[in-house]
Order: sequence, then structure tokens, then C-alpha cells
Amino acid sequence: MVKDALIQAGMNIGWATFIDLLLGVIVAASFGMVWVLLGIWIERKWAGRFQNRIGPNRVGPYGSIQSVADALKLLTKEVIIPRNADRPVYFLAPVLVVASVILIAAVIPFSPVVIGTDLSIGILYVMAVSSIGAIGIMMAGWGSNNKYALLGAFRVVAQLISYEVPTVLSAMIPVMIAGTLSMQGLVHGQHVWFIVSAPVAAVLFFIASQAELGRAPFDLLEAESELVAGFNIEYSGMAFAMFYLAEFMHSFFVAILFSVLFLGGWRGPGAEQIPFLGIVYLFIKSILVYFVSVWLRLTVPRVRIDQLLNLNWKFLVPLAMIYVIFMAFVLKIAPVPDLSGAQAIAAGPYEGVASGIYRLLGPDFVATLPQAGVLLLANVLFVVVAAAVLREVSRRRRMRVEDLVDETDYSGAGGAGGYTPADHSETAAAR
Amino acid sequence: MNVIRGFATTLKYLFQQPATIQYPDEERPPRERYKGRHALKRYDNGLEKCIGCSLCAAACPADAIWVEAAENTDEERYSPGERYAKTYEINMLRCIFCGYCEDACPTEAIVLEHEHRLSFTNRRDAIYTKAELLDPPPAGLEGTPRQTEPGVYTRSIPEMKNPA
Repeated sequence: MVKDALIQAGMNIGWATFIDLLLGVIVAASFGMVWVLLGIWIERKWAGRFQNRIGPNRVGPYGSIQSVADALKLLTKEVIIPRNADRPVYFLAPVLVVASVILIAAVIPFSPVVIGTDLSIGILYVMAVSSIGAIGIMMAGWGSNNKYALLGAFRVVAQLISYEVPTVLSAMIPVMIAGTLSMQGLVHGQHVWFIVSAPVAAVLFFIASQAELGRAPFDLLEAESELVAGFNIEYSGMAFAMFYLAEFMHSFFVAILFSVLFLGGWRGPGAEQIPFLGIVYLFIKSILVYFVSVWLRLTVPRVRIDQLLNLNWKFLVPLAMIYVIFMAFVLKIAPVPDLSGAQAIAAGPYEGVASGIYRLLGPDFVATLPQAGVLLLANVLFVVVAAAVLREVSRRRRMRVEDLVDETDYSGAGGAGGYTPADHSETAAAR
Repeated sequence: MNVIRGFATTLKYLFQQPATIQYPDEERPPRERYKGRHALKRYDNGLEKCIGCSLCAAACPADAIWVEAAENTDEERYSPGERYAKTYEINMLRCIFCGYCEDACPTEAIVLEHEHRLSFTNRRDAIYTKAELLDPPPAGLEGTPRQTEPGVYTRSIPEMKNPA
């Protein structure tokens, strides 16, 4: 639009294209930043209500411009640089972390037409770009010339890289069903939302992405109640704020990503005809996902580092791998149906009840429904089997521990304070 | 499922009224026995209860009270009896609001009231003098010092009922 107008005004085509692209980039890049100002306020309000508080309510109506005040405050703070810091690395780190998040915005399909660029490898690009953040964090830890910052960075990078595995594995399921890596393609492929046809993948993706964000209950990188800070301990002022900006922006982008992968992206009634509605739908879905993430954050206590890594390597990764193989088989049994027949019925002359249903709910939706049903059943089966296996494994482990206790000879301990195994066998019997 | 119960618990709070009291805008009344800033009381006839005995200063564990007594005359009477407190100062930076002064006072002249907003920008302002501490005289009555009939106010400590 801008391009055409500029050419009409008599501008050189090269320059017009450049200005058009530049405007697009500015809008896409600043959208996240502006959203963060509002998003932080929303999250703080929610957090307040979850904790029986009010939340920010002093600056602006209902405290809505509290984030602006905070940003201004951070801008006016001095940026303290540690002596002997590796200055280029020290200053590049926050920029890299923020950039890695902003780059995600380039491929998010906000509506059928509003998308930065519909890369054919969209989802792969998202995964690749968001892992640049880990390098930024490592650089922050290294560049600070502070052993605690470096140790914090080690922890964070261990966490981020570990959780990338289940994130990618679970993001593969929508790709397998839709048969494309392009973000628009993923949305177009979701005649039935993938959260219905692959709920296990949705749950896995949600948990793993929360850990990748480094938000509670996986916020070991910051652990504000235990540590001063992690890798960002030597940062102050705006450099510090950039890490926070990146964190909040990332958390919302992950919510958008979840909506795109599992909740049908911009899909909704009338979204194809009116592109703006698509943006609204995507935002509603993303905010719902974001709400669940905040809810999780405010409900569950922080995990320990060993629990964090055990959960990942001993539970999520094997589960995700088996699930991917399982789903590959299921998709061979129940492949994506050919939609042309359904479209023909809907487009053709009105013939009985079937045609009416097709027209009412959309031909693609009805045609995909049986396959989605099969996939859902397969998922339920998978959950049942996985739960049974897990129960058996933990039962064996518990028995092993109990045997260990029972074999111990306590008679040698003696005395009034000696431990008698009697109370233990009681609990075992009760169980 | 305990997980669901946990999540339901936090979600429940979302729909409850917040427990916050927006302090400067809305205030919760202090408890009856709350020990805030001191006040020097007067009798119903407007004379000061304080007789300058310094028992409060002696009882004060933080050594926050300074009393200087002077003689009453019938031409210039502050309190019943012989003496009154010419200066009465409490250093609010030292005071620990224990209320021992209240217990020690023979005339119930000093009472810890409910005022809790004590703030000052320098240490001299932290010393509260009689001007701040003394209650105003009851409505319609003249304050102190005042001229009185000789021989009326001879008793420093009022007749008190046996509390039993």
C-alpha cells in the first residue's frame, strides 16, 4: 500500500520498496516492545489478584501506565560497567537477547495477510532464532567478568538447551499433521485445532516452553527469592531492563506461538473475509494461553535444578520421542483427508442434511473431523499407556526403596531414641 | 487430583476481593488499646493533670522523657496542687511506645493515644514539647495558666475511687 502510494507520488521504485520494507520492519519490531508495556501491567494485575492484592494502581487509570514509569526510571539510571568487563561482549549480550526475541515476530501469522514474511521453514526459524538467546545469556555471564554471573549463565544455558529438545519434538507434531513448516501453512492446516488432535503435544510444548522462557516454576536463572540475580547480576539501568524486556516479550510470543501451533492461530468465524478479525482472534487466544502461564507461575513453587533436569531428560524427552514415533504411525493409519470432495459437496446444490451440515460448519472442518477423532483417541490411548507405565515404574522404585529400608538392621541402634521399623511396616500395609 | 485442587485454590483468589487496604485513602481504625503518640490530658475544668513529678521520666526504659517542674501560684495556675510541668519533652526517636509512663503516672496525665503518623525531617523536630503533646482545653473553658481563687486547688493528686 505504502509502496504504491509512493510510486504514485513519483518516487523511484527502489526507494519506495526500501521505505515500504523499512516501515514493515519498524512495525514488526516495535510491536513487541509496545505490547510489553501493556503486557507487564496485565500480568502484574493478574498476579496481584491471584495473591489477594490489587496490583499496580497508582500511575494512570488502574495503574495502566506503571510500566511506562518503570521504563522511564530504568532509562534514567546509571549503567554501571564492571571493571575489566569485556565491553563489546558485555554490551552486545542484552542486544542479542532482545533481538533473538524480536526476530520471532517476523514469521508470526497475525491474520491471513498480516505476516512479516511467510518463510517456508517458519517454525524451524523460530526455534533457531530463539536459541540465539542462550548465546546472549552466555555472553552476558562471560562479559561481566564475575564468577557468579558466569555460574548463573551456565545454569541458564543448561536449562535452555535441555528444554529446547522437548520443545522442538512437541512442535514437530503439528508440523507432521499439517505437512508443512511454514507458519501460515500450519494455520491453514488446522481445520480442527491441533490441541484436539494432539493434546499430548500441546501439554508437552506448553511445559517445555515455560521452562525455556525461564519463568516460574522454572525461574532458576533468576530465583529472586534466593539469589540476587543470575547471569544479569552486573547489569543495571537500561541494559538490565533489556533482559527483562526480552523475557516478557518472549513469554508473550511463546503464547502466540502456542496459539498458532495448537489453537488455530488467526482462525475463527469470518477471519478469512476480514483479516483484522484474525488479529483479534489470535490475540484472544494468546492472552488465554498467557493467562494459563501466569496462573501456573503463581501456583507452583520453584523446582530444584536436579528436579528440573530430571523432569526434562528422564520424562519429557523420552515421552516426546516415543510420542513422535507413535504419532507418525497413527498418521499413517489416519492420514489427512482429501478436502476437495467436501468442498464439492458444500459448493454443490443443496442435497439433504449432510450438505447442510457441511455448509454450516465449513466443509474442511467436517471433512477433517473423523481424522481428528482418530488422533484424539490415539492420544487418549497414549496417555493411558504412559500413565500405566509411569505408575509401574514408580511403584517398582518405591518397592526397591522400601526393601532397602526393611533390610537394614536397627537392633544395633538400641536405646530409647532408636528407630523401630514397626511404624514403617504399618504405613506399607496401609498403602 | 491434588494438582487440580491447587490450581483451583489460586484461581479462587482471582474472584475474591483483594485484602489490600489502600492506606492513605482508606484507613483501618486502630485497636482500642493501640499505643501511639502520647497526649497530656486535662481535667474537665481545663487544668492540666500533669504535676511535674517526673515519675514517667524515671519509668521510661528508653530515657526519652524530660520533665522540668515549676511552682504553681494562684495568680498563674497550670495544674492543681503545688507544682506543674514547665517543660515536658518526649524524644520520639527514643520512645519505644511501651506505655510505662502511662502506668507510672499518679494523675493519669499522660496517655498513649492512637496517633501513629509521626514523621520528621530532622532530629530537633523529633522532640515533642508541651505545645504538641498537651490536649486543648475543653470547649468554652479558658486554658492554662489562669487566675484562681486561693485555697481551692490544694491537692495535687485527685481523690480517686478504689478500683476494686
